[in-house]
Amino acid sequence: MAVRTLVVWCPDWPVVAAAVPPEVAVAVLSGGRVLACSEPARTEGVEVGMRRRQAESHCPALVVIDHDPGGDARAFEPVVAVVASFTPRVEITQAGTCSVAARGPSRYFGGDAELAARVAEAVDVVLGGAGTCRVGVADGPFAAEQAARLGRGIVAPGASAAFLAPLPLATLGSVLPDARGPAPRAARAPGALADLFGRLGIRTLGELAALPPASVAARFGPDGAMAHRLARGLDERPLSTRTPPPDLTVTAELDPPVESVETAAFVAKSLADRLCARLGELGMAVTCVGIEAETEHGERLSRVWRHRGGLSAAALAQRVRWQLEGWLTGGSDAGPERPSEWDVGEASTAGITLLRLVPDEIGPDRGSQDGFWGGRGAGAERAGRALARLQGMLGPEAVTLAVVEGARGPAERTHLVPWGDAPPSNLSRSTTPTVVQRDKNRRGRETPPWPGGLPPPAPANVHLRPIHAEVVDAAGTPVGVTGRGGSTGVPSRVSIAGGPWFDIAAWAGPWPFDERWWDPSAHRRRARWQVVTVAGTAHLLVVESGHWSVEATYD
Amino acid sequence: MPPSAGSAAQPAVRPSAHAGSSVDLAEVASRARPVVLAGERLLPVLPALRPLLPQGGLRRGSVVSVVGSTSLTLAMVAAASAAGSWCAAVAVGRPSLHPEAAVELGVDLERFPLVAALPGSGPGGWSWVVAALLDAVDVVVAWSSARLRRADARHLAARARERGTVLIVAGPAPCPNGMPAPSPNGIPAWPEAVDMRLTVVTSAWEGIGHGHGRLLARRVEVAATGRGAAARERHRVLWLPARGGGVAEAPKSEVSPPQDRSGRGSGRPDDPKPDQFAM
Repeated sequence: MAVRTLVVWCPDWPVVAAAVPPEVAVAVLSGGRVLACSEPARTEGVEVGMRRRQAESHCPALVVIDHDPGGDARAFEPVVAVVASFTPRVEITQAGTCSVAARGPSRYFGGDAELAARVAEAVDVVLGGAGTCRVGVADGPFAAEQAARLGRGIVAPGASAAFLAPLPLATLGSVLPDARGPAPRAARAPGALADLFGRLGIRTLGELAALPPASVAARFGPDGAMAHRLARGLDERPLSTRTPPPDLTVTAELDPPVESVETAAFVAKSLADRLCARLGELGMAVTCVGIEAETEHGERLSRVWRHRGGLSAAALAQRVRWQLEGWLTGGSDAGPERPSEWDVGEASTAGITLLRLVPDEIGPDRGSQDGFWGGRGAGAERAGRALARLQGMLGPEAVTLAVVEGARGPAERTHLVPWGDAPPSNLSRSTTPTVVQRDKNRRGRETPPWPGGLPPPAPANVHLRPIHAEVVDAAGTPVGVTGRGGSTGVPSRVSIAGGPWFDIAAWAGPWPFDERWWDPSAHRRRARWQVVTVAGTAHLLVVESGHWSVEATYD
Repeated sequence: MPPSAGSAAQPAVRPSAHAGSSVDLAEVASRARPVVLAGERLLPVLPALRPLLPQGGLRRGSVVSVVGSTSLTLAMVAAASAAGSWCAAVAVGRPSLHPEAAVELGVDLERFPLVAALPGSGPGGWSWVVAALLDAVDVVVAWSSARLRRADARHLAARARERGTVLIVAGPAPCPNGMPAPSPNGIPAWPEAVDMRLTVVTSAWEGIGHGHGRLLARRVEVAATGRGAAARERHRVLWLPARGGGVAEAPKSEVSPPQDRSGRGSGRPDDPKPDQFAM
């Protein structure tokens, strides 16, 4: 007996996911053929499976979109979530179609019809008019999907074979999972099989179902046998549902509210122990954890901590403690003096009533092995603890490791990674693998050449904000750079930040940079100069649309 | 805590009524700790900088002031960093040093975190952060921008001595408006006496001319003075950076006379160096 199944089917899902207005004629193309089209396009004569030129000849105003399977799946996620609120084990057949086992929820909600109505209503709310959904309930996912596609709704238990009998054989083609897949069997795809059946005079599923099973299997092989079973309504394939991820969040409610760091840290320790014990059972380690707290005044404080190697219970408890110290004590003292652009975080004004640890990213716990000869020693441990503690006080962005990456200007060559974060993966891609192996510890020294980059030596002092400067020639006229990258005069004197004028002893440049000319919003035309004053100080000056500034100082 | 010297061989561990208590164990541990000579409490410096320092290295627990040059500051920590020590840079806001310059001098960026302290003197302020880092790393490089109170300075120096950490106080961020490096007794970056003070006296760039060439190398004259064995002022002429990166000692004969501070080889177009045309 096939499993009673409920299928939610959203027609033209790739079009719905592309989020285009419903009155526009849209076709989503995959592999040069129309995968789905919107209703206006359909009325113009566009059909699924047409070539692009064919479709455009039917409908000249057709908007063509490339298929984005990832986007489809992401857009479908809210629908899955709302279906999962009825019963957690949801199978996503493909983006736009999902199924659940209906027996239990039907009983709970008072029958298949009631369940289908509720699911359809909830999904319609989520779609919010962007698309429609149809719900079908039958024995087995295949019959249920056909019921949904045909708008039949509920097929009575045991009546699936009768329901399927009048359907054309082409129905099989759209349902079998490897109908369009690149599997080895794709050459004899069910579509081709349906075609073969058609040439043999079998035109409906009922006629196929009437054949003796053994003969079908002998003549058409496993695919034929599968098609035959589907046609008889014997779809006994269990739903390949996804298991909902375990909820690992640990929460402690504090009554009375906690005002002292010590008490809160004590609670945090037990929370961290609970979380790590739970993760240990699953063989996982947490690499990114959110610490959330609520105060008596209803404030919500949260901060995410990241650690490359996974956090132990003690390390986690320490981080919670530092965070609480920052919230309960540190913030109030230095608060008013803080510049607003610093994301130092919040401070609580009252005792903490709720503490929660939310594991954001977990990964398999591979353990860590200390090196036999040195490696990460006690010094690294000590430094790591202190730096993480400073992060708790000053915010994660205040403690950084610098990584040198490829770019032209000195400021762009520096990438600051918050302590504890893994450096972004594109950095390792910018260095060739052989170089990385040769000198793993000194990334940056071995970065490949960057055409147009500033030649070494690098300036030691790159100003956080460029400093305004003025450069004039011997006659006192401001020096500029022509459109062809030449200078309009010989720089003779420089004044920095409105200071006194200094004679220029030596200079090189201009080195013009025309960057990102293909992007109007990011396009910059600049020219760099190296200038040495008579005092022996060397500066890297930049002129951009007539304005001079000091980018860096070689000191 | 400085280890007690010379008592390692004393076999005076008597079983007493309190034997095994943590107090006794701590006492035994402190006696049994091996002797550490002053020479072993040194952090290495680059070979070219050794003649400037009386012990030929950075003495753990000392306070060193570097005035007038970010690259000299970075060069001071380069050898220790490359040898595996943890260093950290602190400034209010963010240290404006360029990590690539640090790499060129030999600093290992993986052990060189940059810490942005908050303005003001409360928790999270400059001296608070420096104190926290003194406990944690081997060398702390701190750029001071505001005047530091004497009491705070004494407290930090004591902490560095206790923890065996080197505190390098970089002078106030060099004036960007082209002023020459401040004199050794100019702006007090550190209100107390320091163990060592290194000052860039003159600096002259090579490789750049009038509209041609580029900055290649710089010859600096560094003056070092300090307390105790370092009281006699030492002068050395260094290539900082040398051609191709790093620090090298320049022959004494090439010292530019004091009146010609204006960038030898760059201010005289009638006497061009061969390298000016090599580019």
